[in-house]
Amino acid sequence: MIIVLSKDAMAIQKEQDVVPFRNRVKEYAVKIGMSLVNQTKLITAASELVRNMLKYGGGGSTLIEVISKGRENGIRLTFADKGPGIKDIPLAMQDGYSTGKSLGLGLPGAKRLVSEFDIKSTPGKGTTVTVIKWKNG
Amino acid sequence: MSVNTSKLLQKERKKILELWMKNQLADDSLRDDLMTNEELRVQSDELLTALTKSVNDKNLSNHQSSDFDQVFEILSGISITRARQGYSPRETGAYIFSLKDALLEVLQDEITDPTELFRVSMGISRLLDSFGVTTFETFIKGREEVILRQTDEITEISTPVIQLWDGILGLPIIGTLDSSRTQVVMENLLQRIVETGSSIAILDISGVPAVDSLVAQHLIKTINATRLMGAECIISGIRPEIAQTVVHLGIDLSNIVTKATLASALKYAFSITNLEVRKTVKTKTTF
Ligand SMILES: Nc1ncnc2c1ncn2[C@@H]1O[C@H](COP(=O)(O)OP(=O)(O)O)[C@@H](O)[C@H]1O
Ligand SMILES: [Mg+2]
Repeated sequence: MIIVLSKDAMAIQKEQDVVPFRNRVKEYAVKIGMSLVNQTKLITAASELVRNMLKYGGGGSTLIEVISKGRENGIRLTFADKGPGIKDIPLAMQDGYSTGKSLGLGLPGAKRLVSEFDIKSTPGKGTTVTVIKWKNG
Repeated sequence: MSVNTSKLLQKERKKILELWMKNQLADDSLRDDLMTNEELRVQSDELLTALTKSVNDKNLSNHQSSDFDQVFEILSGISITRARQGYSPRETGAYIFSLKDALLEVLQDEITDPTELFRVSMGISRLLDSFGVTTFETFIKGREEVILRQTDEITEISTPVIQLWDGILGLPIIGTLDSSRTQVVMENLLQRIVETGSSIAILDISGVPAVDSLVAQHLIKTINATRLMGAECIISGIRPEIAQTVVHLGIDLSNIVTKATLASALKYAFSITNLEVRKTVKTKTTF
């Protein structure tokens, strides 16, 4: 069972919001004592997802949670937008697939960088991505 | 007996201005270093004239009335200018609130009927408060413009291209490499390659906190442009945690020369340009 220890919401509307958001994520990761490598993996995944939200979802809201499950502490990040959504999620999750002339590594790369990855999307309604990085994961 | 606010204020305009100027000049926070008293008087007169022309008993309780458009316009102009000149919000606020004091004083002198005095004073007071809010809003907007301009300037100066050796350029990148920044970096680098006739550029990313796919794409783009100019690019300053992250992300840097430190990148650059750095052995010469 996952227990939420703290919650912090932040709206993302413009490119200038990316760095402050990433710094906020890093603060929490440092607070729970996450290793430097895991911190970097988490903020890089966060960076990818928040950029997607801006580029494809027209901005949205994020949630940073410190969670605990058994003995393990971790950070859970939620990215929710009300953009056009993703029609074919397995396709979007493929390495190199991009509708935006970029590398197409954001979604699959973020999945590889975190411990748990979940994506839900309804075309026309929006997209929500949730990731968890355990402190020692 | 009801008072005609519009007429009263127009008639007493000179007196109000004198009082207002007196209030302003008496204030400790007066910035006579930023503006001469004469300029201040002209500015104050312009605002007061616009106000006395537009206010009447109908719109006194309706600050949204378009009658005040000109007043708000002048006021915004003043606040923006002051923000740029370095006035503090308190100083800018004091400007409009000292006008309120002057107006209320004149009303008190001129209106004898207490009910009317109360009605007009309340109206003027509220109107001036909403002017005050406007000054703050525009003041902040003015400051935001300053910040935006500084951000641009920082972007410009934080991407220096330095000559490390004959034919070898160094480019320390500090902070996030977003799209606009990449543009500046790339332009600076390409121009310096031409100017110096360099054949090697070292991009040092020690100061980049995270390399995500966007930053990687920008780096690759810069490297490709450099190659088109006939120069070779080396990336240095890849910290261990960045290296691991980049691999997991799936970014392929295999056809790019990467080095852990700027020193090793420079060493590599020396070796491919057939340069050698040697310790000289000093031998004592005896006579
Ligand atoms: N929040 C989102 N809303 C809508 N579409 C998205 C969103 N995130 C990703 N996508 C789609 O998934 C594709 C793959 O995303 P990603 O792996 O990050 O690669 P890239 O950002 O380089 O295109 C995007 O090109 C886009 O079509
Ligand atoms: Mg992406």
